[in-house]
Amino acid sequence: MTNPLVSVRDLRIGATTDAGRKVEIIKGVSFDIEPGEIVALIGESGSGKTTIALSLMGHTRTGCRIDGGNIRLGTSEITAMSERARASVRGTEVSYVPQSAAAAFNPSKRIMEQVIEIAAIHELMPRAEAEKKAVELFRALALPDAEHIGQRYPHQVSGGQLQRLSAAMALIGDPKLVIFDEPTTALDVTTQIEVLRAFKSVMQKGGMAGVYVSHDLAVVAQIADRIIVLRGGEIQEVGSAEQILRAPQHPYTKQLLAAFEPVPHQPVDQPVQAAKPTPVLEVFDLCAGYGPMRDGVPLAKILKNVNFKLERGRNLGVIGESGSGKSTLARAIAGILPAYRGAVMVDGKELKPDLQNRSKDDLQRMQMVFQLADTALNPAHSIGSILARPLTFYEGLRGKAREARVIELLDMVHLPAALRHRLPGELSGGQKQRVNLARALAASPELILCDEITSALDTVVAAAILELLKELQRELGLSYMFISHDLSTVEAICDDVLVMYKGEVVEALPAARMSSEATHPYSRLLISSVPQLDTGWLSGLEQDPELVAQFANR
Amino acid sequence: MPQSLTPWFLVIQRLGIALLTLVIVSFAVFFATELLPGDVAEILLGQAATPEAVAGLREAMGLNEPALSRFVGWLVGLLGGDLGTSYVNKMEVVELISGRLGNSLKLAGVTTLVSVPIALALGIGAAMWRGSLFDRIVSVLTISVISVPEFMVATLAVLIFAVWLGWLPALSYGADVSSLSAMLKAYAMPVITLSFVVSAQMIRMTRAAVIETINTPYVEMALLKGASRKRMVLGHALPNALGPIANAVALSLSYLVGGVIIVETIFNYPGVAKLMVDAVSTRDLPLIQSCAMIFCVSYLSLITLADMIAILSNPRLRR
Repeated sequence: MTNPLVSVRDLRIGATTDAGRKVEIIKGVSFDIEPGEIVALIGESGSGKTTIALSLMGHTRTGCRIDGGNIRLGTSEITAMSERARASVRGTEVSYVPQSAAAAFNPSKRIMEQVIEIAAIHELMPRAEAEKKAVELFRALALPDAEHIGQRYPHQVSGGQLQRLSAAMALIGDPKLVIFDEPTTALDVTTQIEVLRAFKSVMQKGGMAGVYVSHDLAVVAQIADRIIVLRGGEIQEVGSAEQILRAPQHPYTKQLLAAFEPVPHQPVDQPVQAAKPTPVLEVFDLCAGYGPMRDGVPLAKILKNVNFKLERGRNLGVIGESGSGKSTLARAIAGILPAYRGAVMVDGKELKPDLQNRSKDDLQRMQMVFQLADTALNPAHSIGSILARPLTFYEGLRGKAREARVIELLDMVHLPAALRHRLPGELSGGQKQRVNLARALAASPELILCDEITSALDTVVAAAILELLKELQRELGLSYMFISHDLSTVEAICDDVLVMYKGEVVEALPAARMSSEATHPYSRLLISSVPQLDTGWLSGLEQDPELVAQFANR
Repeated sequence: MPQSLTPWFLVIQRLGIALLTLVIVSFAVFFATELLPGDVAEILLGQAATPEAVAGLREAMGLNEPALSRFVGWLVGLLGGDLGTSYVNKMEVVELISGRLGNSLKLAGVTTLVSVPIALALGIGAAMWRGSLFDRIVSVLTISVISVPEFMVATLAVLIFAVWLGWLPALSYGADVSSLSAMLKAYAMPVITLSFVVSAQMIRMTRAAVIETINTPYVEMALLKGASRKRMVLGHALPNALGPIANAVALSLSYLVGGVIIVETIFNYPGVAKLMVDAVSTRDLPLIQSCAMIFCVSYLSLITLADMIAILSNPRLRR
């Protein structure tokens, strides 16, 4: 048997919290990587997957340190090396593809200079040769205008291109091992396909080994040979990609897979509400945009003549990729961004475009929950006072009655009453999103606008939030407008779906028959781009190149 | 507009704002000095003056004209380089100031040359070896210097170097400047005092700006490419911290021109600040106004320069 390229034995990494408490975040992890093999580290946030990946380069983030165990890479004992010796291995033996290439490229330097920096640092080859090699890599990664793209600055190329450029940056020094840290998480699905394909073919040609860190099983299934399932800094299960997907052994792996299975949405029957036929939300020819107004029209027009109707007790999904205007639609309906044309009707009553001019009663009917739970909660206020404010504002509650209602709201979102004394910073991401939901419920609304509320959450946590939304709908007769880029989430909760592209609604469909009935080419492209839990999906996927060129943000 | 012109458009816009600010400031300076109590004519003529004489002098000095027309006249004069005539000794203000301004600029220039490189090096060094002994020493020193007022530093310096040790002359001006070593000696104390005061702020701001960029993902990326600490900080962090650093330097240096009053007074250094202090005690309005305008102009030009550096060092605007 050949020697593995990487062997990690009993790795222990500790961290010191801000309060000075010491915690062990990686608790004795051991695994091997064979030459040319791609191993995926999969787990939720906090599972230690990125920490392990970075430790293979001898790097730990601020506050963390390697406490024990050893890491061997080729002939180098990473754990026993000095920082200077580790620097000599980084980029040449092992290199790194970051999660967000947009943040990992220095904004003030040209791309080429950063791509060939590894060659310059380690004096691997003369500059001209390095540039030639970079251009070859750009071609291999299917980047457009490979000859000149290096002369641009990072802000001048798209996100998907930057992510491939960051792979070129990692490969320039011919490393034996490449670490991919969630490299496609920040990308749109149509872009993700191209990037994944580029990564896969380059890795196969170069015969390099890889570590692919991700929370997304479907993505990992396309690229990894072997999958390591992590949770809380411990390995739960190791197996070939096929085995993990088809025959998971560990209960946690099964839970992860279950969270992936699309749960078709059962519409709620509400005969009581049927007596009231006016739709809860109706939107006519809505137009909104940003920038200075000229002749009553903003400079950058985003939304173009959006029309739809949301019946009481039903849920409307809005899907589209970044820049499609789906969040702008929510902001225009909520009045945060006043629409310059068109009308928003709630319960058959037309609302003023601007939030400032809407009555308290109008505001109360419609509430919004935002994507980033952390930034939507004031870090200096306790959960209790965050929930108390809308109660005082809308219902005029004070004292004991308000306290009782706060506890009731927390109970509705399945949080313990004692949580009201805590600050947002002391809560987990899922708990924070529940608090956001409770705050929206405090107004006793009829309609809740949910703007990507599960996107920042782990799959299992997100699935629980979706369950909660359904339960609240049954109990309170709510309607949701659910904005998401994730089709399976929308499928799980919505009755109808609007597909948006560049500020326009290109198609409106029933959610249950989304994949079979979509007719607009963009909808079809979007639906076919969602990765499936099948190792052969990517290689078997065929998309019309003309369609891709027309619609994908590559 | 073509994209390549955008930064220049921004720079021109910034210059326009600076000019507008200057007009507003001149307005404020003129009317603030108008508000000073006491009547110039009465003061000039002394207690024995007859009301007729005072009225005649007011007429002759043009003080009876409406304030706004005098302001416009003054502003037009300023633009043409005519700063007016001193009320007190009938000399052209330009003449009074020119010699003094040279002195002040010399002091400010030498201080800049000494303090900026040292401050930047210390600030960047402290950021580079953050948490080390060096960083802690620099931090403690800068905080202590910031909290000690400059007259204290100046007086202590005189006490130690001039009185006890006798190494340096207590007064800078009029001292022997015939040889280089003598000149260094003469300037040493005011320059050291001023450098202390302006460097502390620059060091802290530079350190903060560099540390902020060190914590970005692209600097971590550089680390993972195997870059040395020096390369990470100087090659990746520093270029992105230029804007804030330029602003911190400009703010500190602008203090040099306007805030040297105490230092000039203590070392009896004949600069513009001392001239202004003297002018206030004699109610010499044209002189006060001109000195104030000089401070404002230097302050504004430094800040504008810093903003332009920030605009031009950002490639998102550059191309």
